[in-house]
Amino acid sequence: MDDRPWLVHRRLTDSMNSQTPVRLLPLLLKATLLFVLLNFAFILLDGFSLGKLTLYNNIFPGRERFPFGENQRGYNLSLFDLDAMFASHVLVGSPKADDEFRVLLIGDSSVWGTLLTPEQNLAGQLNSQYISACGKTVHAYNLGYPYISLLQELMILDEALRYQPDLVVWLTTLESFPQDKQLAAPLVANSPERVKELITKYQLPLDPNDPALNHPTVWDQTLIGRRKEIADLIRLQLYGAMWASTGVDQFYPESYEPAQLDYEKDNEFHGIKPAETLQGKLSFEILDAGMNAASVPTILVNEPILISNGVNSDIRYNFFYPRWAFDEYRATLAEHAAAQGYLYVDLWDLVPMTEFTNSGVHLTPFGESMLAEKVGASIQNFCK
Amino acid sequence: MGLNQIGASILTALLVGLWMRGAARGVFLLAFSALALFWFQPAIPLRSFDFWIPSLSIFLVVIVWFITSTAGAWKSRQNIIGLAVIIGIVALVDLTRYIFPDPTLTSTTPPRLIVVIGFFALATFAIAASTVLSRRFAFTLILVIILLVAILLILKSPNLSLQLSVFFRSLTNRPLDTASALDLRWLGFSYISFRLIHVLRDKQTGRLPELSLPEFATYVVFFPSLSAGPIDRAERFAGDLRAEFRLTQDETLLAGQRIVVGLFKKFVIADTLALVALNDSLAAQVHTPGWMWFHLYAYAFQIYFDFSGYTDIAIGVARLVGVKLPENFTSPYTKPNLAQFWNSWHITLTQWIRAYFFNPFNRWIRGYKSLPAWTMLLAGQLATMLIIGLWHGVTINFIFWGAWHGLGLFLQNRWSDFAKARIAVTNPRIQTALHIGGVLLTFHFVALGWVFFALSAPALSFEVLMKLFGIH
Repeated sequence: MDDRPWLVHRRLTDSMNSQTPVRLLPLLLKATLLFVLLNFAFILLDGFSLGKLTLYNNIFPGRERFPFGENQRGYNLSLFDLDAMFASHVLVGSPKADDEFRVLLIGDSSVWGTLLTPEQNLAGQLNSQYISACGKTVHAYNLGYPYISLLQELMILDEALRYQPDLVVWLTTLESFPQDKQLAAPLVANSPERVKELITKYQLPLDPNDPALNHPTVWDQTLIGRRKEIADLIRLQLYGAMWASTGVDQFYPESYEPAQLDYEKDNEFHGIKPAETLQGKLSFEILDAGMNAASVPTILVNEPILISNGVNSDIRYNFFYPRWAFDEYRATLAEHAAAQGYLYVDLWDLVPMTEFTNSGVHLTPFGESMLAEKVGASIQNFCK
Repeated sequence: MGLNQIGASILTALLVGLWMRGAARGVFLLAFSALALFWFQPAIPLRSFDFWIPSLSIFLVVIVWFITSTAGAWKSRQNIIGLAVIIGIVALVDLTRYIFPDPTLTSTTPPRLIVVIGFFALATFAIAASTVLSRRFAFTLILVIILLVAILLILKSPNLSLQLSVFFRSLTNRPLDTASALDLRWLGFSYISFRLIHVLRDKQTGRLPELSLPEFATYVVFFPSLSAGPIDRAERFAGDLRAEFRLTQDETLLAGQRIVVGLFKKFVIADTLALVALNDSLAAQVHTPGWMWFHLYAYAFQIYFDFSGYTDIAIGVARLVGVKLPENFTSPYTKPNLAQFWNSWHITLTQWIRAYFFNPFNRWIRGYKSLPAWTMLLAGQLATMLIIGLWHGVTINFIFWGAWHGLGLFLQNRWSDFAKARIAVTNPRIQTALHIGGVLLTFHFVALGWVFFALSAPALSFEVLMKLFGIH
């Protein structure tokens, strides 16, 4: 009898007259057993990051910024896998040239460039200036990522340091500092192992078993448990084709709701009242960890914010900040930077109200060019 | 059909195949098919339309059966049971309004019972009138075919659909500015109408055997082939229903294999390709010929795997209940010429069009003896492919698509005749090379035609065609 499996179909077709009754139960039991075994065998992959498998930087060009977004028309998606995010980034696939002065831009959505094309955001504008520093050509890489949290930025910075930066520019704002924000960022909350490593490495005063962190259960490590992660990784690779063919990595709506200019008479910041102080409630230790992360020099930038002239603007600068809180933060940050000897640039009021888009920190292309000019000058002055 | 509905269909088919015998199998298939008509109907933003549209489908089926069956046939036990099942299912779906707090089998709450009773009364009157009319069968046939084609025309024409939606919205005090051509999505009507026209025409020509109401209705709204075909023939389908059937191990495995292949084609390959397949946005965003070809190839394979995947699922599920639906695709992209492509792409539609349009049209045009043969051929090919194009949608782009294939078939026919008489290739290597060349040429001709199919406007389509060849 011929047992070649590829002949099964023919044998079945030839034996259509067979009247063997169906024995579904053994069939279903075998199939279920096989499925369960395969599902749990996936746990053995623990420790191997699927995110490192990528078509970017070989078949498709690397992305100019991290994948983010949930609109299919932007050919993009949000992941919780830092390995996959880096694997898709152009930084990973760009060997450093001898004359390259590599600058990594760390920050939130304002650095990532919400509503801005890769050419319009800070990295794009810095690169289009063709500036040089320390006798080399400056090449800026956009490592910004939407959601405001210093710990998320530290996580990205820590990973990015392996790609030979000459300089890090860390743009930050008060909203990144509150302690309650640190573990709330989805990327952070879903990377408990990385957080644990960061806590140990930088002696951070955080609890690695904090319930805000999503520790995977055994089930989460099975094939079924990881199905979304796997599907997202496949989708990310497919969007590589779209990125390569269109250069589009974000959905640009025809119109958007502009940033709020009128506010309630509310002067609390994260539940903190003006009579209290921000002292002890901001995560300066995470900032210090990042600033001292490696021997790479870092410029700390207090990024521009919207300063409104609308209703109750005497109480609040914008949606995020009551005036008292932001003023105290600026003073404290300047003091802290001076005490620690950080390279610090305060650009909080650089950009006029009209050059903000849909948020108190998102800039128009022109606003971004104003910022790029200042940041570019700081980079150029770095070696002087 | 979503995965839930496919899963329920497989499970139901398995249960029917395993445990239902004889007449019970037919009755249960009718009941589930009628129920599926309501359940599979997409949500419609017009109140209770997702109840009325399937009800109208059922009404059309019943009225056409009364027209095509012999007088008094409804009095037989089998047909009374069939009628009771149909009425029972419509009533049951409506009664869910009173049983469950939220819509259960339909997307919105079904209408009040009194309204549905009124519908039954009207339907009974219409059926009675049609049986009187059917004594003048030719007249009734034309009337019903015109009605079916008119509905098809409205549903397939974005502008007419939109106007009708606006009309219905104004009747029900719904906002007019949100009206859309997609408001009137009628599940499976393209297939239901073609099956009904087939039985009407075959009845007229005496080719249709007497079918019971359960056989007839199950044939038209058979749940596996409701949304994506294939278009079976009534007498063949009824033959399968009448045959004794017991689900064997081999049948189960064959059906299962077909379903798994179909699910993989549709939900893995086609849905993946859909992310990168050519569409209106990409047409504007892509500027290099290489990438434009990439997206066009992705579309070509997406549409094939999507459609043939659904067909595989339908054939597999039908097989579990002893119905051997006809094949719809036989590796169309591997065919060396366009005629063979159309003999292996959506086969049952092509056969339907050939039987009920192309052949009668050819017989008619041959009456004009003064016309040169090539003009008759051109007219026949062009008209047939235009009808197929319009069946997909009454838009300029589908007309271009139909004309593209009509002209292609004509040119291929002319070339074939020319080459047959003058070129004789005996060298097997050259024959193989010519075959491969033919396959590639045919595939690319079909792929270029998909540009019109995939995009919404002629200007955009021509822009893409130019980009494909680096002209822009």
